[in-house]
Amino acid sequence: MENKKDTKLTKKDIFQTFIFENFQQASFNFETIHGLAFCVDMIPTIRRVYKTKEERIKALKRHLTFFNVTPAFCGPIVGITMALEKGRSDGEKIDEGTIQSLKVGLMGPLAGVGDPLMWGTLRPILAALGASLALQGSWFGPLIFFLAFNGVRLSLKWYGLQLGLNRGLALVKDISGNLLPKLTEGASVLGLFIMGVLVTKWTTINIPLVVSSTTTAGKTTTTTFQQILDQLCPGLPALGLTLLMMYFLKKKINPIILIFALFGLGIIGYGLGILK
Amino acid sequence: MSILQIILIFIWSSIVGSGSVLDEFQTHRPLIACSVMGLILGDPAKGLVLGGTLELIALGWMNIGAAQSPDSALASTISTILVIVGGQSIGKGIAIALPVAAAGQVLTVFARTITVAFQHAALKAADNANFKAIEILHFSALFVQALRVSVPTTLVAVFVSPDMVKALLDALPKVVTGGLTVAGGFIVVVGYAMILNMMSVKYLMPFFYLGFVLGGYLKLSLLAFGVIGLIFAIIYVQLNPKFANITKTSAIESNQDGSLADDELED
Repeated sequence: MENKKDTKLTKKDIFQTFIFENFQQASFNFETIHGLAFCVDMIPTIRRVYKTKEERIKALKRHLTFFNVTPAFCGPIVGITMALEKGRSDGEKIDEGTIQSLKVGLMGPLAGVGDPLMWGTLRPILAALGASLALQGSWFGPLIFFLAFNGVRLSLKWYGLQLGLNRGLALVKDISGNLLPKLTEGASVLGLFIMGVLVTKWTTINIPLVVSSTTTAGKTTTTTFQQILDQLCPGLPALGLTLLMMYFLKKKINPIILIFALFGLGIIGYGLGILK
Repeated sequence: MSILQIILIFIWSSIVGSGSVLDEFQTHRPLIACSVMGLILGDPAKGLVLGGTLELIALGWMNIGAAQSPDSALASTISTILVIVGGQSIGKGIAIALPVAAAGQVLTVFARTITVAFQHAALKAADNANFKAIEILHFSALFVQALRVSVPTTLVAVFVSPDMVKALLDALPKVVTGGLTVAGGFIVVVGYAMILNMMSVKYLMPFFYLGFVLGGYLKLSLLAFGVIGLIFAIIYVQLNPKFANITKTSAIESNQDGSLADDELED
């Protein structure tokens, strides 16, 4: 057994996490979006706090799961997750579900703030300013845009990470026997609720299959399958597919097969004109 | 064009391509991408003006949630070559940039499909707790995106023919590109399912369905949904008899000295 002091997160660990955070979308993929990136963000922590191979494998797999947030706003979530993993390794009863729920519960709202703030406000303002300078032939245009945007972005990442980590460590410290089950349960409620919202908001399925076409007074009204579904409840196909995938995964079907099947479904559906 | 210039174009367009997926340093924005391309091609003034013009058009191109915007990276690099080396007007450069941005989006779909394989390779590496391998997989996925921009750009730089690149892209069967785009919209359900299986507590699943229904009908920001979810969580915990018992017992203990033996055992 190694000395317990060794599991304290060092400045170097935190700084390395910060560097990794700047490549949050390097492995952007359709299945888990930033899943692989989040796992890489957690590697300095996992390496530090877990000493047995089994624990490390479990922790790595725990974080190779779906994750997505405005890149500049990932700091607080990464920080708090580091703190939770540290607490878990110190023997606090923080289970996998709580960690996942908190991640999901935070990523939805933070993306809700981050996307309009970074892409809808900060960047257009700085870019419009830079572009108008560039049109006058000034190199300050691209320079100001580059420096100002990255200045804001880097401080958000750095201070966000510190904030998440410090708050998280305080939270883990304060966890008494009474608070922990409440936190676990509350985090699950929030996480599941946000996941429900994301399933309908972040998934795009359109079935423009024409079911009926009626002509009255020279006007042709077509009803598509999508319209009928939307009248029942928006997002039903996304929910159906998610539940189906949960079922298949529980039946131990390899996710790679599911991915290929879905790509096949997309291509065949598009070819037949059922999906668009 | 000199060999050095072609090498520099390849390197810069690789950085631009990486930037377009990272969306961190903003090297993929026309303002920066075109300006540096102009420097490399020896006409910085023209690159700067093209960058400014294209930037204003692309102001609204942004990645929201899991959706992706038209590709400003490929549009910037290729249109700069056409304007400076091909001797076209800025207006013509803009005209060519827009279809190239759409074509670049198709290539992005391919790149983001290919990186699914990196994700699964990382899962394999996790079986051995192989930290290095996971890190390498993550960062090498960036090369897919770098090449996505640098290969077509360098081809255009060498042959100065956007038509050829467009013809190459058009040669891809529409069923495959369209199908992948469609699948790209919902492939993430596998990711959702995995995380839900990990989080899922059966008796709490109603909250998942509640989020789904409210998300479908209410046009609120995700932040607002976060607040709603948080309120549900707090109310749920406060009203839950499971937790009420804990507080009640402690209340009894503090109020009555002659409490039951059971209560004292719990101390």
